[in-house]
Amino acid sequence: METTIAAISTALLSAGIGVVRISGTDAFTVADKVFRANSGKPVSKMRGYTSALGRVFDGQNNAIDEAVCQIFCAPKSYTGEDVAEISCHGSVWILQKTWRLCLENGAHPASPGEFTKRAFLNGKLSLTQAEAVMHLISAGGESAAKAALLARDGVISGRIYKITGKLVEQSAFLAAWADFPEEDLEALDAGLLMNTLVSACEEIEEMLRSYDAGKILRDGILTVIAGRPNVGKSTLMNLLAGEDRSIVTDVPGTTRDIVEDTVRLGDFTLRLSDTAGIRKTDDTVESIGVLKAKLAIDAAELVLAVFDSSDELSDDDNDLLLALSGRPCIAVINKIDLPLKLQADLIRAKIPHVVTISAKSGEGRDELLKATEKLLGFTSFDPAAGIVMSERQRLCLIKAGESLEDAKTALSAGMTDAVGACVDFAIDILLELTGERASDRVIDEVFANFCVGK
Amino acid sequence: MTEYFAGEYDVAVIGGGHAGAEASLASARLGASTVLFSMSLDALCNLPCNPSVGGTAKGHLVRELDALGGEMGKAADAVFLQSRMLNRGKGPAVHSLRVQVDRAKYHLHMKKVLENQPGLSLKQAEIADIRLDENGAVKELVTALGAVYRVKAAVICTGTYLNGKVFVGDSVLKSGPDGLHAAEKLTASIARLGLRMQRFKTGTPARAHRDSIDFSKLETQLGDEPVTPFSFATGGALKNTLACHIAYTNEKTHEIIRGNIERSAMYSGNITGIGARYCPSIEDKVIRFADKKRHQIFVEPMGLDTAEMYLQGASSSLPEDVQIKMYRTIKGFERIEIMRVAYAIEYDCIDSAQLKPTLESLKIPGLYGAGQFNGTSGYEEAAAQGFVAGVNAAHKALGKAPFTLMRSGSYIGTLIDDLVTKGCLDPYRMMTSRSEYRLLLRQDNADTRLTPIGRELGLIGNTRWEMFLIKQKQIEDEKRRILAINLPPSEEINRLLLEKGTTPVTTGVKMAELLKRPQMDYESLLPFDEDRPELSRDVTEQIEIQIKYEGYIEKQKSQVKAREKMEKQKLPDDINYGEIQGIRLEAREKLSKIRPESVGQAARISGVSPADISVLLIYLEQQKRMAK
Repeated sequence: METTIAAISTALLSAGIGVVRISGTDAFTVADKVFRANSGKPVSKMRGYTSALGRVFDGQNNAIDEAVCQIFCAPKSYTGEDVAEISCHGSVWILQKTWRLCLENGAHPASPGEFTKRAFLNGKLSLTQAEAVMHLISAGGESAAKAALLARDGVISGRIYKITGKLVEQSAFLAAWADFPEEDLEALDAGLLMNTLVSACEEIEEMLRSYDAGKILRDGILTVIAGRPNVGKSTLMNLLAGEDRSIVTDVPGTTRDIVEDTVRLGDFTLRLSDTAGIRKTDDTVESIGVLKAKLAIDAAELVLAVFDSSDELSDDDNDLLLALSGRPCIAVINKIDLPLKLQADLIRAKIPHVVTISAKSGEGRDELLKATEKLLGFTSFDPAAGIVMSERQRLCLIKAGESLEDAKTALSAGMTDAVGACVDFAIDILLELTGERASDRVIDEVFANFCVGK
Repeated sequence: MTEYFAGEYDVAVIGGGHAGAEASLASARLGASTVLFSMSLDALCNLPCNPSVGGTAKGHLVRELDALGGEMGKAADAVFLQSRMLNRGKGPAVHSLRVQVDRAKYHLHMKKVLENQPGLSLKQAEIADIRLDENGAVKELVTALGAVYRVKAAVICTGTYLNGKVFVGDSVLKSGPDGLHAAEKLTASIARLGLRMQRFKTGTPARAHRDSIDFSKLETQLGDEPVTPFSFATGGALKNTLACHIAYTNEKTHEIIRGNIERSAMYSGNITGIGARYCPSIEDKVIRFADKKRHQIFVEPMGLDTAEMYLQGASSSLPEDVQIKMYRTIKGFERIEIMRVAYAIEYDCIDSAQLKPTLESLKIPGLYGAGQFNGTSGYEEAAAQGFVAGVNAAHKALGKAPFTLMRSGSYIGTLIDDLVTKGCLDPYRMMTSRSEYRLLLRQDNADTRLTPIGRELGLIGNTRWEMFLIKQKQIEDEKRRILAINLPPSEEINRLLLEKGTTPVTTGVKMAELLKRPQMDYESLLPFDEDRPELSRDVTEQIEIQIKYEGYIEKQKSQVKAREKMEKQKLPDDINYGEIQGIRLEAREKLSKIRPESVGQAARISGVSPADISVLLIYLEQQKRMAK
């Protein structure tokens, strides 16, 4: 039996309408759980090639959009399988939410080219199209692989990697304990193991909450504007916010606290914080501001790091570049209306996303917005810097979390063999994102860390 | 050298260790005329390392082999000295049987079985050359004395004999294990056939005289009563006869090792072979885990009729004088007399990625490999592969279909899948953690999983098959009966529940629900089960595990099912990965090298992405339609 797949089949942009397509044996069952026709007739009872007007409901029985569901019965559909297409209003948030509901109700995210692959395998496309299909899939695979590669350095991947690391450690202990029972190993510490499982589950929950694309679309992205004093942070803030929120003077160190505002950017919202300039200072009031700024950078989901193009790179700038390594960040080179003195290459070497603007004249504002959109992943298949979770990452985390819950139950019941198997399964699911295998990682860890063997 | 034609066989097996024995028995029992060549018939099924069979995951392999109709389990039951079920209390999936055996008797027992097997000839000879026919398939084997045998298939199970080199300190000796000759001619012949070779290393500890050890200073380790036999066919009560003992190294031991480390062959750079990670020498343990204050040494009897004791945990390649000094620092070993020194041994083997899941060479039809030759280590791993290679060699010769075991159905299948899909970078030992399906692949249900397959092969006789069917029916009937029982709440039942430390019931409850509680077991519910039939422990154990682990077992079953379709979709032998546009270069190279049998195996190759698999599926469909 083929798995049932779902995807947003139209471009992920704000548009009049957008379509979520579901294909596979359970397509109608999945559609039934997401969509309710006004007529009350379930999707699975609809005749092929008919449409119904109704609403998309979330898990809590809230209607999220008015939509049309159209169904195609196997084998007479694009893929040759049962297909349901839900046409929603084309806001990114609604489309993503609808898609996610499909995934939560049993569908798997479709890989690039998967609908077409199925169409071909089910004889819906002619032989002459085979090459084209292969090309399509391989190109899709390439870009997905590239996106995944980029995402590896992202915040989410970093955290997933950390969780996996802790689980591998525990699993290696369980493996050594089970596979080398005669060795002088420490006894199994069920309490410690339980703590690891609980904290991994909590971490997963926390990630699902904080990197949720839906949440970010609704609540906005915590964005911090950082830079040494007087590079134009407040001017940038005002440019983006469109009103004079920060006090702008020529005196370095004017902003002594954090000023906040929100900015709509296409379909999503930036929650902007203008921070005090980061520099070494003896002024007590200002130094509190600087400390707050540093904390704000640590907590930020996006940092706009501002540099002055009319000045050379200072020690404070370099400190900032160092503090930003590995964070989702855009370097904003400001004051391009003034003569250039800055060595921009040094910045480009450290931060991949760089835009040049004049915050004063407004030149470069659109480029900045575009770069932000790109970095946040709303224009690409997978988020490049990974502050918004992809549905694939989300699904993996949910499944891994479930398996860890099973492991906890097994541990409470003293079924340690089942604990190991469930933890390994969770690791396998998380490693799916990097292409490694749990058993190899665990066994490497066993021999690296335990003195076992005859 | 003058050659002469010495005879014709369907299958030849090169090497008479545990792989060779299972291979030749399986082959002969399937009706293929079979010849087994061994460098020394006095070393058939020798145990040159530890005198034991089984252990974690290895015990699973032996039981699976037995369930399929192999010999190792029966032999171990016949000559064991002490038996233990390891990991009791850690869950049934990791229970593993391990026995100490009488080394000399094991050899004699197996020699007798081999000698009495109809259709099997034993020959003491060194095979020097393997020759191919005009199609590149195996045709002839030539012995070092010029005897030429015509064969349809050959299984190579050369163990540590192939270009064997023994290291003790700075002394290097061309030798096989236990002072036997090395096989020095065959490597060149195999290399000429175009197989990629590599060099691995293993080691063994010293043997000491029993009377020179002060056992009063050591811990004693007794066997389990009652003894669980390895073979599902072994009846009657088995008895433990000897104990094992445990000694510990100390700071002084470690000081001597550290002080002489540069004299160890392993640290002097003489050894180039890759060692087994799970079989570290005592010097490795001391150097790598410097914070450990002591290491265990198990003192194991080599047999009833010998005073030799095996010092498990202390393998070494230190020079003889250092070994003696080192052992004598150990409490209980103060006056120890070493009879055989510890040594490291290096040998030639192949990269197992050159094999199919049948263990046949991808390149040379009719040539099979098993055991250390394929890069594994361990008697049990060897025997398991020997069986599969032997069955396939016989099937090839007899014109029958290839035989493979699924990864999801057995540890043997997992072992072989790992070997042929990943290759071996260092000697491979089976571990329970290598199986993602280990809650399904337990040692207790090896018969349920594999005896029907053994029967279909023709290796399970009628009596055993009937016994098997009866047991399966008993399990099914009893499980159905238990699932139907409802218990009303009563004082008696609540007294039992409280006594066991679990919550009492206020309403009626299913017996199966009570059985699911971790504190409860099948036995204790007897007073509430008037109609309970008399059943063996083997049967009731199955009921208990199946009910207790139901949720986990079902999850693993659905994981297996999710992959089933891909596992069943076979890839044609002649597929040319070079011509498939759209598969990434890395994946194309890996696929061309490993030549997976199924889409499922292809998907397990590291470096092959889901997108590559999709392209492959499209290609297969394209080829299928073009063929029409």
